[in-house]
Amino acid sequence: MSNVGQTLDAGAGTSSPLRLRGFQQAVWTNGLLAAAAWAAAALVTVGLPDVVPWGSAGLFAAITASGAAILFVLSFVVHRLGRFTAGALYYGPWLIALGVWLALWELTTAKFGWLPKPFFSPPHGLLNVYVAEAPRLLICIGYTMRLWSLGFAAGVAVGYALGVALGWSKSFSYWGMPVLKLIGPVPATAWIPCTFYFFPTTFAASVFIVALASGIPVMILTASGVGSVNRSYYDVGRNLGADDWYLISKIAAPASLPHVFVGLFMGLYYSFAVLVVAEMLGAKYGLGWYIQFQTAYSGYANVYATLIIMSLICAGLVKLLFVVRDRLLSWQKGFI
Amino acid sequence: MAASATVLRPLHPARSGGSQSVAIGIRGVSHAFDLAGTQLPVLDSIDLSVAAGEFIALLGPSGCGKSTLLRLVSGLEQPTAGSITADGSRIDRPDPSRILVFQDPTLFPWATVWNNVATGLDARGVLKQERRRVDSALDLVGLHGFANAYPHQLSGGMAQRAALARALVNDPGLLLLDEPLGKLDSLTRLSLQTELVSLWRTAGFTAILVTHDVEEALLLTSRVIVLSERPARIKAEFRVERPYPRHRDDPELVALRRQILATLGLAT
Repeated sequence: MSNVGQTLDAGAGTSSPLRLRGFQQAVWTNGLLAAAAWAAAALVTVGLPDVVPWGSAGLFAAITASGAAILFVLSFVVHRLGRFTAGALYYGPWLIALGVWLALWELTTAKFGWLPKPFFSPPHGLLNVYVAEAPRLLICIGYTMRLWSLGFAAGVAVGYALGVALGWSKSFSYWGMPVLKLIGPVPATAWIPCTFYFFPTTFAASVFIVALASGIPVMILTASGVGSVNRSYYDVGRNLGADDWYLISKIAAPASLPHVFVGLFMGLYYSFAVLVVAEMLGAKYGLGWYIQFQTAYSGYANVYATLIIMSLICAGLVKLLFVVRDRLLSWQKGFI
Repeated sequence: MAASATVLRPLHPARSGGSQSVAIGIRGVSHAFDLAGTQLPVLDSIDLSVAAGEFIALLGPSGCGKSTLLRLVSGLEQPTAGSITADGSRIDRPDPSRILVFQDPTLFPWATVWNNVATGLDARGVLKQERRRVDSALDLVGLHGFANAYPHQLSGGMAQRAALARALVNDPGLLLLDEPLGKLDSLTRLSLQTELVSLWRTAGFTAILVTHDVEEALLLTSRVIVLSERPARIKAEFRVERPYPRHRDDPELVALRRQILATLGLAT
């Protein structure tokens, strides 16, 4: 690269660096490397025998080989894909790392047995779980999403309403804040004994645990958001003839929204963290229940496979929340 | 900026001429702030009458309590002692007929300019019938092209125009201006000074302007009240009997300016 600098400094012809750049544009080097890594993962999977059979090795090899083929083709056409180009180029290093990671993972687990069964699983072992357990896992996803959405929605609704009241009303804050500060740090799961007594069904108790985990951060952040609204906004509102309800709904609510979203993100993570425990309470299906069930039988591959599903769902919901936030808070752009 | 060339027109020309302007009576008003248990007196027995349709200025050292007096007149706060009346009836709460315009535009950042201006009508539940008034208020301040903009997209002068439109859409009988041009650049400031005068002359509301700028007070108002250091008392009063539009190099205004600066202890 120092040659480039020298030729530019000398003011001489720049044809050679230009031609080099032209070649880089034509062929995506990272794409070729990624294709090689993915192909290596496929070859390792079918070429070497498993120490202990895991199943689905052929399918996994087929998937990684197809990945390698796609990456190989992309290496030559990636610059002609419009909007997709920038994304592909950006994730190039990650695609290489992923292929290398899959190949090493295969070698250390299934092929050499350095990380043995049942504590570790090769990638095709996880794939085998999805193939063999698909119907049951789909039911579990359905049950978990029902529990999560009921709990999260209830927690957010109650947490938001109480948060607004805490941030707005002096007397509510006088009685509520100390209680909130005391119970806030208590893990939601510590309430399990009480919930068994208070709730008619174990499902209702589980919903309560999830609601508590997601509601408390929303409540705290909403209260602080409403409490920190610029007082002049209320002066303007009162001067223009607004009553208390108008001040709360049309000024405090939108003004505190940036804080509320921080609470929503925290609540989302906490609610996922307690899902496994909430599904301990006499559930018949659900990803958390499935994880515990498989842990008891040393089905660790199933546990890992389920954890991946849970983190993908959580990441998807976080992404969704970001989209909603960006839409609702577009007025913040250019702020600070 | 095309907007700065626009001259403000009254929202309801038919009602101009001061028919709905408000007379203010301030009788023996004292006020103190409660700071961690100790009383900090800010106003000391202020007596002041403002005739309907009059435009007066309050001048005084920084922190002397001018803005507090405006807040009391708006009804956002109640005086510790004394009484303030609007057309003879006691002011005990804020009301859209008396609107305070702050040094900061304090527009709601989450609402478009149109929705900001509509706040007063919306809060009183008359927005549905009166939507056109929002548009005319925006026209009035030269912001018709910016109805859908958000406050962060406006320049300082445009934001202050939007704040003025938000006040004027309610047809106030009294406009309380708390250094409304204080943070603007000098060119925008000059053009808005002219517009404020023409707006006041045609719309005919009563106006009280708090300012640090002696020249601004002399260009805009017919009476300048000079306040003392905190706790503020009325120190002197100057009548400015010059026709509009006024010019800053008018020898009478220059003489008055010197007198006022001397009263403030800034003689040259």
